[in-house]
Amino acid sequence: MRGKCGNSKFTIVKFIMAVTSTDFRFSLNGRTMQVRDVPAQFTLLDYARSRGFTGAKEGCAEGECGACAMLLVCDDPVSRTTYQAVNSCLVPLPSVADREVFTVESLAENGVLSEVQTAMSAAGGSQCGYCTPGFVVSMFAEQYRSGPATRDVHSLGGNLCRCTGYRPIHDAFLSLGPAPAGRFKERLSRPVPALAPLRYASMEGRFSRPVSLDEALQLAADGNSRFVAGNTDLGVVTNLRGERFHHLISLEAVPELREFNDGPEAVEIGAALTLTEISELWRDAPSVFREWLPLFASVLIRNRATLGGNLATASPIGDSAPLLLALNAEVQIASFAGERCLPLAEFFTGYRMTALRPGEVLRSIRIPKPFPESARFFKVAKRSMDDISTVAAAIAVLCDSHVRMGLGGVAATPVVFEAPDRNALQELLRTTLKPMSDHRGSAAYRLALAQNLLARFES
Amino acid sequence: MSGFPHESAVAHATGAALYTDDLLNRFPGILHAWPVLSPHAHALVTGLDVAAAIAVPGVVTTLTASDVPGEGDSGANKRDEPLFPSEVTYHSQPIAWVLADTLEAARLGAAQVSVQYKPLSAILSIHDAIEAESFHSGPFRIRRGDAALEVANSPHRLSGQLEIGGQEHFYLETQCAISRMDDAGGILVHSSTQHPSETQEVVARVLGIPRHLITVECLRMGGAFGGKEVQANPWAAVAALGTWKTERPVRVRLPRVLDMALTGKRHPFYGRFNAGFDTDGRLRGLELSMYSDGGWSLDLSDPVLWRALFHCDNAYLIPALDAAGWVCKTNKTSQTAFRGFGGPQGMIAVEDILDRIARHLDLSPHAVRERNFYREGDVTHYGQPVKDASRIARIWQELKESSDYEARLQSVAQFNSTHKHLKRGIAITPVKFGISFTATFFNQAGALVLIYRDGSVQVNHGGTEMGQGLHTKIRRIAAESLGLPLDAIRVMPTSTAKIPNTSPTAASAGTDLNGAAVLDACKQIQARLAPVAAGLLERAEGRSVPFVDVVEAAYRQRIQLFAHGYYRTPEIHFDPKTATGKPFHYFAYGAAVSEVEVDGFTGENRTLRVDILQDTGDSVSTLVDRGQIEGGFVQGLGWLTLEELVWDDKGKLATAGASTYKLPSWPEMPPVFNVGFLQRATEPGVIFGSKAVGEPPLMLAISVREAIRAAIAAFGKGGVITLDSPATPERIYWAIERARSVA
Repeated sequence: MRGKCGNSKFTIVKFIMAVTSTDFRFSLNGRTMQVRDVPAQFTLLDYARSRGFTGAKEGCAEGECGACAMLLVCDDPVSRTTYQAVNSCLVPLPSVADREVFTVESLAENGVLSEVQTAMSAAGGSQCGYCTPGFVVSMFAEQYRSGPATRDVHSLGGNLCRCTGYRPIHDAFLSLGPAPAGRFKERLSRPVPALAPLRYASMEGRFSRPVSLDEALQLAADGNSRFVAGNTDLGVVTNLRGERFHHLISLEAVPELREFNDGPEAVEIGAALTLTEISELWRDAPSVFREWLPLFASVLIRNRATLGGNLATASPIGDSAPLLLALNAEVQIASFAGERCLPLAEFFTGYRMTALRPGEVLRSIRIPKPFPESARFFKVAKRSMDDISTVAAAIAVLCDSHVRMGLGGVAATPVVFEAPDRNALQELLRTTLKPMSDHRGSAAYRLALAQNLLARFES
Repeated sequence: MSGFPHESAVAHATGAALYTDDLLNRFPGILHAWPVLSPHAHALVTGLDVAAAIAVPGVVTTLTASDVPGEGDSGANKRDEPLFPSEVTYHSQPIAWVLADTLEAARLGAAQVSVQYKPLSAILSIHDAIEAESFHSGPFRIRRGDAALEVANSPHRLSGQLEIGGQEHFYLETQCAISRMDDAGGILVHSSTQHPSETQEVVARVLGIPRHLITVECLRMGGAFGGKEVQANPWAAVAALGTWKTERPVRVRLPRVLDMALTGKRHPFYGRFNAGFDTDGRLRGLELSMYSDGGWSLDLSDPVLWRALFHCDNAYLIPALDAAGWVCKTNKTSQTAFRGFGGPQGMIAVEDILDRIARHLDLSPHAVRERNFYREGDVTHYGQPVKDASRIARIWQELKESSDYEARLQSVAQFNSTHKHLKRGIAITPVKFGISFTATFFNQAGALVLIYRDGSVQVNHGGTEMGQGLHTKIRRIAAESLGLPLDAIRVMPTSTAKIPNTSPTAASAGTDLNGAAVLDACKQIQARLAPVAAGLLERAEGRSVPFVDVVEAAYRQRIQLFAHGYYRTPEIHFDPKTATGKPFHYFAYGAAVSEVEVDGFTGENRTLRVDILQDTGDSVSTLVDRGQIEGGFVQGLGWLTLEELVWDDKGKLATAGASTYKLPSWPEMPPVFNVGFLQRATEPGVIFGSKAVGEPPLMLAISVREAIRAAIAAFGKGGVITLDSPATPERIYWAIERARSVA
């Protein structure tokens, strides 16, 4: 399996080092905000609220409830402008430098409500109202989404409401027509400027946004830094455990990490592509990918979370590893020393540990072709959607009746098993798996699930 | 019937609706508070040194026991909640607080506070508490007849036990208080509280000053569900203490993870029973012991337990009943009020028992339930006549028809005969829920209605708005009783400066009590304005007279344009010594049919369809009430199927956060969700003929649990299905395994 990855030689390219600055700008509700003296890990949510835009709320501070949702004007991969709803509690403020953000307050104009707001208030879609701005924002983004006319009913899956039981919100959602003409629609007709490099330094930490791989590696060379992409995992650590990082290097604008190539031998997915972007780009993805995608967090998270980030955090219960393991994926790793390629199974070296060495960055994920004849993904959790798995399993049947099974939630790392047939695989699971008990499930249940999911696949 | 939208619906949707923490920017120089948390569930605090915290840039001061001018205890019903404890009694209990210019500085400061502990052994479960005889209170006992004898003499007997998990409120807005000096030497606290008067009382106690120096205001809450009935008090007290010490505004806001670690939840319960019954499933006698996990302090655990005992009959006549309850004292969060207030735990016990009886006798559970219903003339085990008891059967029958229950039973059986790994279950369950505070003195309310000379009206009342639509209903009540359009009425934020000595907005009674008080005030004003209007109409010669003209004329005639209203619920009483009385003004009835599908490989399940018929009397707002019914149901569904609180072996809540504790989300909404209102159900003696609706629908979700049990049974060949709560996929999976293993 080794050696199939491209062995592109690293070449030293001169680039102009951006000047470190103590301020940056971004557009909030159409107004240019000049930001200075704000800690590098200050969130977009905290900033907007401090400027009086208190519609967005902090409900959980970990991207689970969506009460903080705001709209980010984004490029979608087919170079069309879109509004993406994101959890602003997980967006470090410097990462919106030079970008446009809209909060719920901007949607009504001169007292005239947007269609979404009218629909929500008429349908009884709010009770306590605390989650409502977040729902409005998610709904608005979906109404203005380009592409297929059918609305994704799961687009609001990242917003929690404790009062209504969702029925009236659902009714409001279904009542929406196409995005009406007006300034928001008009904005979609204009492109989004490419992200410029950023070197932001505050009294409390630095935030850099390189625009090339060389630049990213250069920045990381001092060792006292941390790569970040969507910040959907690191942001949780920041918010809930109070961890602070001296220097965050955002990979959002590194083009080498955002490539997507669907070739005859493999599909290669840039590590810094978001899940939403991947789903847009990978039009003829195998059905197991379409089965898996909605089970990966929520739209609010998928708009920011990257495939590379999900692997590099190396959580034993991350959603992507079981699928990619079953698909026999490899990872391409870049550094000043060149690039190397590793089977994904060898990438995870321990609980939350990877084979990445200092100075290395995950560049892409490569899924070899042909894809398995049939493959399924199952995720069992307390809640059917947007929950962390008790056990997740992807099962792929290969051409010679071989079976490969990627599993999460049964060991300290995601694991993969391969066997000549399903009976042999069942036996392998029974004899080798030693899961642990925690608040998501007992060891016995996890073992039963691993075996039963294989049985379900067969049934 | 009327569909008035929520009075803040537009403000909610535009983000203009403000909550306590949204006021933050209005107070320059505000201090942020962060607690020093205990790493032990039970320990003596043997040393505390805050000096290092003060050295952290941005830290202004700390709060410890020596800063308290009054009494450093926030307990509502008992002085057992020290704000600055010398003995830690639950994990993460705040020991001291740090105040700083920024939240970050406060947090960093708190990390520098040095505390020495002497760890003690901790009681972390109901079973540990029973073993150690660690009780806050009990036994409370309600007895009718000789239950033991009846059970012994019954042709059939079953005994068993049931574990009932707790529930996190997960109000989207976490606990928050902002305190500041008012402009005349007093203290003003903006608090997200269901009980401003009690918050005022606790602040006064801690500061050692009279209550007239303290104003507590609650603009609106981002959900409460009982979690801010008494547990808003400590945070308000800390904020006020900070302001008293520094003369600066202070903000205390618990982020989600802290809120979950520090505040109380719905009580977990453990129940044991001996039931005796006839061959047709009719209950003859029941002995029931209920143990609740009260946590570290008493809080509202006594009345919660009482309500569980009041509701362990649900809609059924139990001829001989011995229901006893204990509040266990454990080293966990102090469990508190939560929508239903013990009622759900009592009800789930009897529903569980009836299902076991049905499966033991191989009868259908709905038939067994039906046979045990209260009939007209029946009396509860605490001696209260079951008013309108025939509504139970009426609702049952109407719902069975509208939900096509019998036919669907057949199609479920058909589905199950053709599916090996997927089984469906359908169940119908009733609810009878008593309305009134069982603490009789709380059943009073006040209002203050002010009419200005331009005809606009301010309505003040003692209730708080937490999303339940109280202000919406109050607005309609005021508008209709004054004959004015809704626009003319402004319902004011709740303030102790307007209505004193208020009761908590709780027990589903917010509209019953405050609505009646507002009506009283409006009627007084109307009576005063009527002669003035009559005089003007006479002169107007048949033309109508605008309200503003009547008001202006009244003013010039020196007629009082404001009134206070008052209401107390009549004829309720309860004697805890004999456990008899009439604690409830009336009962709210309802029933639900739920159909579910369960996966035999994993225990995963989904709710396919729900039909509800609820008795809301003549609803003051069907839109608000439907929201309460659906929302309450889904919240109950969460409690019973997926919300699971797990404490680790150190007593730390392992599910403190939204990523580990899962409430119902978008896909948990039943895809078919029919809600009906019982017709011809005017409730005399209640505001506008309506009935309370806040809590009762939550318990309709027991139908989901029972439907899951029916689906589990379909994997086996018969017999009793035991299923602890919540019915998570794992518990369902093991229950299926047990059902399958029965030969």
